[in-house]
Amino acid sequence: MMESSKPILYSYFRSSCSWRVRIALVLKGINYETVPIDLIKDGGQQFSEEFRALNPMMQVPTLKIDGLILGQSLAIIEYLEETRPTPRLLPQDPKKRASVRMISDLIAGGIQPLQNLSVLKQVGEQNQLPWAQKVISSGFKALEQILQSTAGKYCVGDEVSMADLCLVPQVANAERYKVDLSPYPTINRINKTLLALEAFQVTHPCRQPDTPAELRA
Amino acid sequence: MQAAKPILYSYFRSSCSWRVRIALVLKGINYETVPIDLIKDGGQQLAIIEYLEETRPTPRLLPQDPKKRASVRMISDLIAGGIQPLQNLSVLKQVGEQNQLPWAQKVISSGFKALEQILQSTAGKYCVGDEVSMADLCLVPQVANAERYKVDLSPYPTINRINKTLLALEAFQVTHPCRQPDTPAELRA
Repeated sequence: MMESSKPILYSYFRSSCSWRVRIALVLKGINYETVPIDLIKDGGQQFSEEFRALNPMMQVPTLKIDGLILGQSLAIIEYLEETRPTPRLLPQDPKKRASVRMISDLIAGGIQPLQNLSVLKQVGEQNQLPWAQKVISSGFKALEQILQSTAGKYCVGDEVSMADLCLVPQVANAERYKVDLSPYPTINRINKTLLALEAFQVTHPCRQPDTPAELRA
Repeated sequence: MQAAKPILYSYFRSSCSWRVRIALVLKGINYETVPIDLIKDGGQQLAIIEYLEETRPTPRLLPQDPKKRASVRMISDLIAGGIQPLQNLSVLKQVGEQNQLPWAQKVISSGFKALEQILQSTAGKYCVGDEVSMADLCLVPQVANAERYKVDLSPYPTINRINKTLLALEAFQVTHPCRQPDTPAELRA
């Protein structure tokens, strides 16, 4: 496959969805360029005409790769998996793959969208923290249960998968919204194990090109 | 080797259940419905459809080409992750009764606006090219939700056209909320 240039990732340092894709790119050994999109500055740079022309969903992450412009983090990760198959981000067995996708969907479809910036804006400032906490706790309660049957060293068995790429950024969000993680020991354990891996460290929000000085590692 | 008929826990009106029902019918999989009154958040339905695709590969619900597959997943995720969860029952409960309709309308309109744009580059007869895909299974139930919340669909002619084309297909008809085991009498077709 001929790539004319390096893939470009439109990313916000703190966006959990962007972080998922950053980890995937690093795990797959794909060199990429970051174009930071500040979701807050200037009313949100994702709403600029320029960015909207690139991605009508006006969201990060957006990945420009192989002549394609892709949005939606899981769709991006599945594309990377299909075109750069090693190292694997999904197991070979269909039932294990289903577990990986189920956990990923739970986080990416069931938790994160309900506590993203645009929803929090609509909920109203004094309601934001309790709303985010409720959404995350409720999702983590379900996830902790599911992990009882799927988890080994990581979310599904003993190989890092797309589910783990979703877990770590969501736990970071949970910490940001002061959600008590003690009811979720499996989530906690897996998160700690993953954070020790290089791919999760170099892609961390505290080490991005657009990380503000006061939050930089 | 499947030991017994698959069992689908389904709510007649749930757009997430509807997506899976369509997949099962398209794949020719006989299943049993266990109606549930409580609606679980639909975040995980796409995983089910991908599993059906991998274990019963024909007819296809995802194209062969990786770039087209990416478009199918992107559109599916936009709907299943970006629109539906934000207007599901549990969120609407939290938003408060007088805010529910404007909230749902806003969420759907904003999502459909983006989707209409994306379809300009992906759509043929259906959401992605001329074959029915997982994206179409997400579209039709979401349009039904839009109509339920009185969203004006005229700004979205491509969505409208594709929806009508799909609704003419048998799999979308037999799985319609108005024809389910648990459809209340007053809503039955």
